[in-house]
Amino acid sequence: MTTIAIAKKKKPHSRLPLLAQAGPVSVWMILFVTIPMLFIIYISFMTRGTFGGVEYDATIESYKTLMDVTYFQVIVKSLKVALVTTVSCLILGYPFAYYIARKPADVASKLIMLLMIPFWTNSLMRLNAWMLLFQTNGPVNNTLMRWGWINSPIKFIYTDGLVLLGLITNMLPFAVLPMYASIEKLQKSLLEASADLGATPMHTFLHVTLPLTFPGIFSAVILTFIPALGTYTVTDMLGGGKVLYIGNIIKNQFGVIRNWPLGAALSVLLLVITALLIFLYTRFAKIDELEVL
Amino acid sequence: MKTAATKRMRRQKRNAVFGNIYAVLIYSIFYIPVAIMIAFSFNDAPRNYAWQGFTTKWYGELFSFSNHALWESLAYSVAIALISTLISVTIGVLGGIGLKKFEFRCKKFINMMLYVPIVVPEIVLAVAMLIIFMTIGIHLGMWTIIIGHCTFCIPYAVVTIKGRISGDNETLQEASMDLGANRTQTFWRVTVPSIMPGIMSAAFLSFTLSIDDVVMSNMLAGASKSTLPVLILSVNRTGVTPDINALTTLMVALMVLGMLVLNLIQAWQKKKVQRQIAEAERRISSAK
Repeated sequence: MTTIAIAKKKKPHSRLPLLAQAGPVSVWMILFVTIPMLFIIYISFMTRGTFGGVEYDATIESYKTLMDVTYFQVIVKSLKVALVTTVSCLILGYPFAYYIARKPADVASKLIMLLMIPFWTNSLMRLNAWMLLFQTNGPVNNTLMRWGWINSPIKFIYTDGLVLLGLITNMLPFAVLPMYASIEKLQKSLLEASADLGATPMHTFLHVTLPLTFPGIFSAVILTFIPALGTYTVTDMLGGGKVLYIGNIIKNQFGVIRNWPLGAALSVLLLVITALLIFLYTRFAKIDELEVL
Repeated sequence: MKTAATKRMRRQKRNAVFGNIYAVLIYSIFYIPVAIMIAFSFNDAPRNYAWQGFTTKWYGELFSFSNHALWESLAYSVAIALISTLISVTIGVLGGIGLKKFEFRCKKFINMMLYVPIVVPEIVLAVAMLIIFMTIGIHLGMWTIIIGHCTFCIPYAVVTIKGRISGDNETLQEASMDLGANRTQTFWRVTVPSIMPGIMSAAFLSFTLSIDDVVMSNMLAGASKSTLPVLILSVNRTGVTPDINALTTLMVALMVLGMLVLNLIQAWQKKKVQRQIAEAERRISSAK
């Protein structure tokens, strides 16, 4: 603060450093985030052009279309899959985050590094690897058949199950990192106090550890649920275009089908769900800023 | 009471064993796909279907540069990633400092906007930008992809840089100005070096986000060339070819190597500083 005061005395153009430093980021965010977001809401209320594109007649036709059985089913299914992904990531990720957080700092940072390295490989190639593993004459089916557990190969590929596996393995680190940050901050003395006062480990976990690490858990929910809901690459790679989720449908509206207002309406739906989750987060986790990474 | 203590110790020991087994299981979920990806770069088959035997010919083929499409898309991806990183880190450093230091009217709003690309599904942002670009009539191509990548890299850069700026920073800047340095000198000689680790990790993060991105690169590409991830997505239907496995294997090897070198340099610098401090302390004590 004093720097600014001194600068004010020295120069009449005291707003120059402010403009130079906060200016570019503000302009960028307004130009490429705020305006496009407002415009996509606007487009979602327009009419579909006869040859694709948009006719500027206000209508809620696109939102009505979302209520059609076919689209509605896709939305419900996407929500379900995203929910299962999130819950799986929390259940798998929390003990793992706890495990890392209880290690000494230097070991923990190495373990986190070890977690990040696989994610430097191309995400699509990792998905392709799951497909190779689970394909009809792939290693998993061969092994199961050799052990006599199954008689004919199970069809894993192009199923919701494999898409789920792809989603969980892609999202898990984003669940682990915020939960790790939260658990690491947790003071060991609190747990010891709880134990000394006669609480069982289970009781301590439910009434001390879990509530105190809630912000991290909620960050994990946001960082897994929303990307899982909007994905189209995982479904494209592992669903073979046969498994359709919201993301695929949005993408298709801007490709072959060319129904921009419908794509925009679906995007607005995703935006609303995101906003709702963030609202709940700030409300219940009582935190102003997200603890991202 | 001795039994209770031994019981607790035994339980702790058992929990530790379970913990280790669990961690190995989780790590294997992450490393199995990578191992398979690397393994299939040595597979003697024209497409990734079944294991047919060991060969290194795909690496040879890769370096005979007969596969122009692959190298071209890699060069395109790297160019986009480098430019996006440069822009994102520049804006991110300035923005991180500015948003930490100054109070201004719409600061809260800008902070909120910075969270939008982090939390909103990427497809929504990509589609929103696509509609704007098409409506205004901006030609889709390399620069629209770069704008898209920067839009989700800048927030991460700002968050990383902001996390690096501490109270010491302000004091150092004041000291620098008191000693007669002007604003520009202070920025380059005091502020930037003190947040250098933050700048490095912001650059690393931006580069990895950009080079692995599919959604923006796919939606905002127009009829231009495809980046490597977009190429992989499009060949997936007919089967990924092993030369792509070879290329991605080399890329991850290069990144691991780069990270190791970076760590070594940092450790070396730390040692150097410690040596200088020790030297200074010795001089002070000998002067006494």
